[in-house]
Amino acid sequence: MNNVVLLPIIIPLLTGMIMIIFRKNIRFQRAFSIFAILATGAVSVFLMAQIRAKGIQTLQLGGWQAPFGISMVADMFSALLLLTTSVVSFCCLLFAFRSIGKEREASYFYPMVLFLITGVNGSFLTGDLFNLYVCFEVMLISSYVLITLGGTKKQLRESIKYVLTNIVSSFLFLVAIAYLYAMTGTLNLAHLSVRIAEAGQDGLMTTVAILFLIVFSMKAALFLFFWLPGSYSAPPTAIAALFAGLLTKVGIYALFRMFTLVFYHEPQITHLIIGVLGALTMLLGAIGAIAYWDIKKILTYNVMVGVGFIMAGLASFTPVAMTGSIYYLIHDMIIKALIFLIGGTMIHLTGTSKLKEISGLIGTHPYLGWLFFIAALSLSGIPPLSGFLGKVYITQGTFETGYYWLGAIGLITSLMVLFSIMKIFMNGFWGETYLSEEMEKGTTKGLMFPIGLLTVATIVLGVGAEGIIEYVNLATESLMNPKLYIEAVFRGNVTP
Amino acid sequence: METLMSILVGLLFSIGTYLILSKTLLRIVLGASIISHGVNLLILTMGGLKKGGLPLLGGNNLSYTDALPQALILTAIVINFAVTALFLVLCYRTYQVVGTDDSEQLRGNEDE
Repeated sequence: MNNVVLLPIIIPLLTGMIMIIFRKNIRFQRAFSIFAILATGAVSVFLMAQIRAKGIQTLQLGGWQAPFGISMVADMFSALLLLTTSVVSFCCLLFAFRSIGKEREASYFYPMVLFLITGVNGSFLTGDLFNLYVCFEVMLISSYVLITLGGTKKQLRESIKYVLTNIVSSFLFLVAIAYLYAMTGTLNLAHLSVRIAEAGQDGLMTTVAILFLIVFSMKAALFLFFWLPGSYSAPPTAIAALFAGLLTKVGIYALFRMFTLVFYHEPQITHLIIGVLGALTMLLGAIGAIAYWDIKKILTYNVMVGVGFIMAGLASFTPVAMTGSIYYLIHDMIIKALIFLIGGTMIHLTGTSKLKEISGLIGTHPYLGWLFFIAALSLSGIPPLSGFLGKVYITQGTFETGYYWLGAIGLITSLMVLFSIMKIFMNGFWGETYLSEEMEKGTTKGLMFPIGLLTVATIVLGVGAEGIIEYVNLATESLMNPKLYIEAVFRGNVTP
Repeated sequence: METLMSILVGLLFSIGTYLILSKTLLRIVLGASIISHGVNLLILTMGGLKKGGLPLLGGNNLSYTDALPQALILTAIVINFAVTALFLVLCYRTYQVVGTDDSEQLRGNEDE
């Protein structure tokens, strides 16, 4: 029992609720939201230290023993993602201060961001399937509000599709939960793992597993990504970056949890399907990223390539590949937020997202240009930046399992990603400078700090890999041994 | 009884799907709402219908009705209520701003 486990959910929830009362006081809201994020980050660091020292931390809500009550479980995987969430949302909030505009700030922007983080953190920490659904909904409803906030034509049009897609996938989630409950009689993840290991994962159970795969694929944009390019290009930069960094990653987290803890008995069916979907996602995403000449479109298609690549690690299902996937997931959250922020700054400066109308930004904004260059290298996995290590491990894992095609597709799409992102660099930053500083539509004042902070994070993640890999290995260990998770939840009690 | 409920759930799902696939925004909202009822019934049916007595301590029954699906449905209803309300408002606002409730015309184009 450890009450700290609940803090990353409670802090943003309570601060968000308090901020609703002080709607007009924007300075208070800014300060308070930064405070909440920093506090959540500090708690997750504390949790990481505790997990490292004493193993997986759990909390049984209301003191009800494991399979009967709701368990909250923090293993190293969740704690790492909690910390990354705090870093990403901190930078996006700093970016929002300068770019989001008074109107949105007065319309509950900050409370909604905090509720979104509540949902994200809740999804990472919960040890109960139905609670996962609730946390998903908390996150999604906040995201519905954030995506429509401002109410421009494009936002409304895209958000209808986004909302409907997510409503339908939430229904499927409930259907899958109902079927699983009928077959196992429990919804506690640890208990589910025990029951399915006892009864065996037969054909019917695998079908339910694939239903879960469809649900989470829709949320993670794994192959079912038709909703993503439109809806991620509609909202303002700070919100889009937050979505790119966090939302799809929660779906990925859920896939990892379900297919390492519960449905891990038939990897030749379920994990192979995940591998095929991942390969298709990578290919289609990379083709999209190359095809478009619109900054926002290129960046959103890059989100999918990242998702596909992380899934290649899960499909291989070896310790090395898992280590790679976890490392790459952390890298991906940071780097996707970073390139969205830089891309958004470019659009903010020039007033257009069409690459052919932008040129020579490096003349007036050298720092932005070089930061983008670093981000581009990191995204495509050039050593010593953070993308490299994850790619090496995942590729090694796919080769170990014998999925050579998967590793090959991963490497080919890396090159395509490099091409697509260099296209932005060469067309946007090189060439003749069209715009003098007076003609620009906006300024980079105050926007450079969050971008710089995320760049430092990606460099640290790459150069300081030696120190971080220790934590990632702990996360891998808890993912690859469901026993650790189960023992931590039941604490030696008899499993009914 | 379970079979009958399952058929009903299937019926609700097919009606909902039909409505969601139609063009008018209002019909889409109604379709989503109907599917949500189907989902709730499904959870109830999956928990097993009419088994034993009340799930209370100190009663005379040796077998109890499973109370968990009902708790799940309660939560699901509340969430679906909120989402449907939000979706309705969103559709109305879209109708006001864009000037159409035909999803065909909501595709939009790149240059605006």
